[in-house]
Amino acid sequence: MSNFKVLMNGIINENPTFVLLLGMCPTLATTSSAINGLSMGLATMFVLICSNVVIALLKDLIPDMVRIPSFIVVIATFVTVLQMVMQAYVPDLYATLGIFIPLIVVNCIILGRAEAFASKNGPVPSFFDGLGIGLGFTMALTLLGAVRELLGTGKIFTITVWPEDYGMLMFVMAPGAFIILGYLIALVNKLKKS
Amino acid sequence: MEYLLIFISAVFVNNVVLSQILGICPFLGVSKKIETATGMGAAVVFVLTLSTLVTFLVQKYVLDPFGLGYMQTIAFILVIAALVQMVEIILKKVSPALYQALGVYLPLITTNCAVLGVAILVIQKDYNLLTGVVYAFSTAVGFALALIIFAGIREQMSRVELPKGMTGMPIALVTAGLLAMAFMGFSGVDGGLKILFGLN
Repeated sequence: MSNFKVLMNGIINENPTFVLLLGMCPTLATTSSAINGLSMGLATMFVLICSNVVIALLKDLIPDMVRIPSFIVVIATFVTVLQMVMQAYVPDLYATLGIFIPLIVVNCIILGRAEAFASKNGPVPSFFDGLGIGLGFTMALTLLGAVRELLGTGKIFTITVWPEDYGMLMFVMAPGAFIILGYLIALVNKLKKS
Repeated sequence: MEYLLIFISAVFVNNVVLSQILGICPFLGVSKKIETATGMGAAVVFVLTLSTLVTFLVQKYVLDPFGLGYMQTIAFILVIAALVQMVEIILKKVSPALYQALGVYLPLITTNCAVLGVAILVIQKDYNLLTGVVYAFSTAVGFALALIIFAGIREQMSRVELPKGMTGMPIALVTAGLLAMAFMGFSGVDGGLKILFGLN
């Protein structure tokens, strides 16, 4: 499979949010606005690419028995790096995303790709797989964040589309996350069939 | 009274699934039947309480004295993974009946982000040991409650005919959204109780 195909596979055929339905916690919890969704997606993509490449390089050295714990240590290391970088350079964003940055460790997308792809392929295809899945995840989160922000506050990326008075605050809060994602998945299912 | 307040706040007002949005994977994954939901809920109550106790001690007696605060994420996830394995092995030996009931759900718990999330939250909120464990237990009860209610609704819903595109995950998510909205009705209850009990 060419690298381009691997990349597109992650964005469309195996979109982690709309098709594989993985990593639901950050998807629902951090998409209160488009910019938050985008940031969370990029943060996850960083960890995903780094861990994919490192695991692909180390796959022959790691004994099969302790595969999963080793993967988790690699992932947790990159999450810690990300945490420190974000704390240093974007403290406001770090505070907004809060607990969901350390929780990238238990995001099943990352461990899933390590197990399903990086442990069987070389570092270059693994890089593109990480990029593709990461982009698919980022797009899904940004879309969900944009819809919620628009319905909740009448803005997209803080640009006013309609006056805030028409917004329904519920969509920015927890119930809105569940409902909007439900309808978006239904829409994707519909589009896939036709 | 203080502990009662933490309990009510964690179970109803700031429900871990429906308000803080943690532990969604098992919430959506094992909620098709009330029986499995009850088993999973019980396993989470058990592991979450225990893991918070252990991670709290690790933080206070290993990470803090040696200035290793930045290792928190790595240390906690390893402690939780090891703990789950150990609980599984011990249960198998000590109480085969309980193992039979919880066995299948135990490995799944390592990937439940509520466990790691609560362990980190307890440290962030600067609770002491007892308060932290009460908080963890209450959060887990909240998780079990949400899971069992949700499973009950889904069991009923499986008998209803739905539009094709909505079957499966979409309708489950919309249902969860409505349930979350219902739980929003509890918001402010903890503040009211605080005034009632004269705690401030």
